[in-house]
Amino acid sequence: MPTAEDIKQRIEQAIPDSHVDVEDWTGGGDHFRATIVSPAFSGKSRIEQHRMVYAVFGAEIGGPIHALSLTTKAE
Amino acid sequence: MSESENPLRDAISEAIRDNDVILFMKGVPEAPACGFSARAAAALQSLNVGFAAVDILPDPRIRQELTALSDWPTIPQLFVKGELVGGSDIIMEMYESGELASTLGVDAPAEAPSDAPAGADPSPAPLGIENRLG
Repeated sequence: MPTAEDIKQRIEQAIPDSHVDVEDWTGGGDHFRATIVSPAFSGKSRIEQHRMVYAVFGAEIGGPIHALSLTTKAE
Repeated sequence: MSESENPLRDAISEAIRDNDVILFMKGVPEAPACGFSARAAAALQSLNVGFAAVDILPDPRIRQELTALSDWPTIPQLFVKGELVGGSDIIMEMYESGELASTLGVDAPAEAPSDAPAGADPSPAPLGIENRLG
């Protein structure tokens, strides 16, 4: 079961220069909420921004990570 | 032509093509089975837009095929005129900014009841509640 810290680190490693905040929404280790700010998002639609983050986790989304709620911003 | 080896995927694409506004969700709008789906359905309902809703729970292949088509891993997913608008985070962000209403071509819910547009007679409430306090 990933922790909020695991998720934060994985996003930070995958998305250049990102500032990431992750909270475990329910305390149950499977519903997370993340806010990600990165210059890598600039010029991309919200859909593309969210896809970039979801791509970090692949099939884990909907599996061990039941929900990962996202707020993304370009810097 | 696409190889028609996948009738379920074809049925999903067809539903997306044939319905201007379609929400894939867990459960049904009247009885959503997940908080994210509930919020997405409630946002659409509060804008008074008609929408098609597909419950993905009865068969896990629906979600598999939908995700393969849309390249989007989570549920709900909202499509407007054949395009993926987003999942619940984007739907709620757009709802709050008024962007969802404009994408759907409806008026954003008025913050305060101002001058109602003339001629746009709302359909009667499903329950005939009369105000007898006059």
